Amino acid sequence: MSYTVDGATGPWELVIGLEVHAQVISQAKLFSGASATYGGEPNSQVSLVDAAFPGMLPVPNEFCVAQAVRTGLGLDAHVNLVSRFDRKNYFYADLPAGYQISQFTHPIVGAGRIEIELGDGTRRDIGITRLHLEQDAGKSLHDQDPTRSFIDLNRSGVALMEIVSEPDLRSPEEAGAYLRKLRTILRYLGTCDGNMEEGSMRADVNVSVRRHGEPFRTRCEIKNVNSIRYVMQAVEVEARRQVAIWEAGGTVDQETRLFDPQRGETRSLRTKEDAHDYRYFPDPDLLPLVLDEDWVAALKAALPELPDAKRLRFVSQYGIPAYDAAVLVAERDTAQFFETVAAGRDARLASNWVIGELFAALNRTGRTIADSPVTAEALGGLLDLMADRTINGKIAKEVFEAMVETGEGASAIVERKGLRQVVDVGAIDSAIDTVLAAHADKLAEYRSGKDKLFGFFVGQVMKAMAGKGNPALVNEALQRRLAPGA
Amino acid sequence: MALEPATVRRIARLARLGVDDTEIARLQGELNAILGWIEQLGELDVEGVEPIAGVGQAALRLRPDLVTDGDKADAVLSNAPDRAGRFYAVPKVVE
Amino acid sequence: MLTDLSLAEALDGLDRRTFSAVELTRAHLDAVEQLNPRLNAFITVTADRALDQARAADDARAGGTAGPLAGAPVAIKDLFCTEGVRTTAASRILANFVPPYESTVTAQLRRDGAVCLGKTNLDEFAMGSSNMTSAFGPVLNPWTRRDDPSALLVPGGSSGGSAAAVAARLALGATGTDTGGSIRQPAAFCGITGLKPTYGRCSRWGVVAFASSLDQAGPMARTVEDCARLLGSMAGYDPKDSTSVDRAVPDYRAACRRSPKGLRIGIPAEYRLPGMSAEIEAIWQQGIAWLRDAGCTIVDVSLPHTKYGLATYYIVAPAECSSNLARYDGIRFGERVEADALDQLYERSRAAGFGTEVKRRILIGTYVLSAGYYDAYYLRAQKVRSLILRDFTDAFAHVDALLTPTAPSAAFAQGEKMTDPVTMYLNDVFTVPASMAGIPGISVPAGLDRDGLPLGLQLLGRPFDEEGLFALGTALEQAAAFSYRPSIRAGAAS
Ligand SMILES: [Mg+2]
Ligand SMILES: [Zn+2]
Repeated sequence: MSYTVDGATGPWELVIGLEVHAQVISQAKLFSGASATYGGEPNSQVSLVDAAFPGMLPVPNEFCVAQAVRTGLGLDAHVNLVSRFDRKNYFYADLPAGYQISQFTHPIVGAGRIEIELGDGTRRDIGITRLHLEQDAGKSLHDQDPTRSFIDLNRSGVALMEIVSEPDLRSPEEAGAYLRKLRTILRYLGTCDGNMEEGSMRADVNVSVRRHGEPFRTRCEIKNVNSIRYVMQAVEVEARRQVAIWEAGGTVDQETRLFDPQRGETRSLRTKEDAHDYRYFPDPDLLPLVLDEDWVAALKAALPELPDAKRLRFVSQYGIPAYDAAVLVAERDTAQFFETVAAGRDARLASNWVIGELFAALNRTGRTIADSPVTAEALGGLLDLMADRTINGKIAKEVFEAMVETGEGASAIVERKGLRQVVDVGAIDSAIDTVLAAHADKLAEYRSGKDKLFGFFVGQVMKAMAGKGNPALVNEALQRRLAPGA
Repeated sequence: MALEPATVRRIARLARLGVDDTEIARLQGELNAILGWIEQLGELDVEGVEPIAGVGQAALRLRPDLVTDGDKADAVLSNAPDRAGRFYAVPKVVE
Repeated sequence: MLTDLSLAEALDGLDRRTFSAVELTRAHLDAVEQLNPRLNAFITVTADRALDQARAADDARAGGTAGPLAGAPVAIKDLFCTEGVRTTAASRILANFVPPYESTVTAQLRRDGAVCLGKTNLDEFAMGSSNMTSAFGPVLNPWTRRDDPSALLVPGGSSGGSAAAVAARLALGATGTDTGGSIRQPAAFCGITGLKPTYGRCSRWGVVAFASSLDQAGPMARTVEDCARLLGSMAGYDPKDSTSVDRAVPDYRAACRRSPKGLRIGIPAEYRLPGMSAEIEAIWQQGIAWLRDAGCTIVDVSLPHTKYGLATYYIVAPAECSSNLARYDGIRFGERVEADALDQLYERSRAAGFGTEVKRRILIGTYVLSAGYYDAYYLRAQKVRSLILRDFTDAFAHVDALLTPTAPSAAFAQGEKMTDPVTMYLNDVFTVPASMAGIPGISVPAGLDRDGLPLGLQLLGRPFDEEGLFALGTALEQAAAFSYRPSIRAGAAS
């Protein structure tokens, strides 16, 4: 059942393409030796190259080039051994040179793909058109002074990868799934931290609508959307806006729009029509970028295992359900955590504990897997206590909560709180005696055929043993005691 | 491809060069003379010729990812016509 | 007269302690003081700095740590950024720009002990062939017409201030930059020697850019060997310019002593322009005879795309300059005309800051790159550039160097050739093709025309064969024995 927007005249299909700007993880900027990190004093992370002083020249950062190549390889994409830097010319206060160095006709990475997974478990390949390297602009602050805007060039020249998708996405959900998957891959590769709130990943969203089977209609580009949720909302409201226009007999103008999350609408960025003549041409300060085939091959050989491969391996190696495997591989740290817990242990149990108790605890405490209050080793220790029957599953949950609170190891908590499960048959029998004596009426009912009361007796015995009875032994002993003729 | 006055205005605007109306006719004449002379390239057959952007003798050289620059806000700001503290200042931009 | 010495002679005198660097520098500063008001060759004179540098050079010589140029007073084209010294590019928009950095080329000259007298005038942003486009006024050519000494002649351009300063004995040598002929043509107009190296030989870092794929710094001096000495310091690999070439700097002085015997010299048929003056033709024939006498073999060659060089240049150079000059926006440096809105500020600052020729080229460049015209102009020009390069590559398969006139005329008067831009552009017809191909070229003074004005011959070489040009240039220099001097010069009665 494909997603549609239902207008007054019938259903409309969505056509969505995404252009993602992902900030490259590097020490220095793409063309200068100034720091690429966040948060310096204004204009403190600026070289005279970034400020486009007369006579300053760009020299590209090899690591940024490698990061783009690695990303391309991670997207199953074609790496172009010869690419070029072009200038995109336009005037803006935070674009010091009056042009952005980008790649236009010959990007470093060509066609690739990303596999997305939807809520119902279906998977789809989304085409990647290209990935190119370019510089970020500086920052304008408009709210510091009544008559002036202030310019900070710390961001000017930081390396970005622009990753352009084919118009293959068909619903807000798919757009969201694409962005999440892209972010996962970038984080696995360590090429971008994927932090949309801080702006290190931003999306331009191209949206159009059409009747089923039609060619594409005019699209609008929604610029710089900075969260996955907003992208999904923006797609939906923009599609509805376009449907309303078409159905009213109008035509959609190709234009750039902004998403306003407060008002839940997109609105036109009224740019003058000449603003789009960027006069791209090859940057004469930079020769063609020629990559060595062996260098690319070495980068490829050193790539980490990527989420799709890891998910398939988890299913086959650990025998866990595909859905659980997908959850575990969404973040590299989580997958690593799981593998540490699962090593030499019951992997299904490990997976259940990570996805269940651990995720709940992280949620509750507002922590991430990286600063989890319970380490993978500690969780493994807890699972070991269950495996050797020191504690039962119910007590294990109690011990886990104590581990979250105190950071103590499982054994220490079990010892301190005396939570070892009781396997002494005598102790179990005496607890049974007490329970049966106290519930003579229920016993009579049971004996007269009310079998369902068996569970009641188990519960009472466990309660009498403060939960520490070994459930199997308790069961066994009760069966024996309640058996006809016993 | 003779330039119209409107085209002269459009490219002046693209180049952010203020021109007043009195200059347009002169510029139009000069630019058309230059472009008319350049038209001679049209007589060459360049079919299949590989375009070159420069004559550099080698492939692009790259530098290592090291922080070697920055931390010189004074130098960066020393020639600024207008500034506010450590920022450059421009007339307010309304977005 | 200390100012009449060649750079080599002056260094020799310093070595022998015949005079001190301070004395030598003072002599040149006095000459500047006396003649610059007339010639307008310098935009900025840095007398105090020069004397400090001269004292340091004398100390270095005394201490045995002197570099190869220690104490030699030179002039710097005001397109090279000099730390703490105003750098204007002869433009109003940079009238008060003081770079917090030193260009690689000037830093290397300083490293080797050269004394910098000041910053020389040029066509605004190096765009011109006459020095008439400087915001700081035209430079006067120190040469005058025999029959009309009152005519004010241009020194050529864009490195006209450097050429005039060297010709008038205000400096022993100077830096120039050559984008389409801006070293060679003014050298020819002023009767001195100038060399445009191979693209990538000198670092462009810190040189105000005009057209990045063409710009190249080079030396200007009164002898070939002086140029060789200067280039030895200016050239070299610079990691800050990714187009500079990582290649050892050869001993250019030694190359001047190399015999040209046996070299094959190509004479390109297409440089014989219809209507070319008989005097230019005659000096060219003279040059051919000199090289033949020196033992070279003369070969006729064809560079069929020569005639398209200029038109190609006037697409490529403006396209690059329209982009390179976008940074002059009145925000981070340079002159600003205040306005209430940012776009207005840009338009007013750039309208007031740039002169007519610069605006013309920015507009042409913007147009040829703009949507719908890119393929017809810029892309086609890139292809023709490819053909021009191929012409040279083919020719150099058969010959070691090419000999041509440097310019189609001798120096002309201020106001001449100003009727329309294209007439002015034709000045560079012989120099532009080599710029388009990135190959080295040298102009050597060869004789005088009937007005008593110098004429230059141009030698073009294979990429990175500056040594060959120095060898052949020396042969021409010796044969020509050009000992004429301009009427306006240090020590001349005026
Ligand atoms: Mg985009
Ligand atoms: Zn982009």
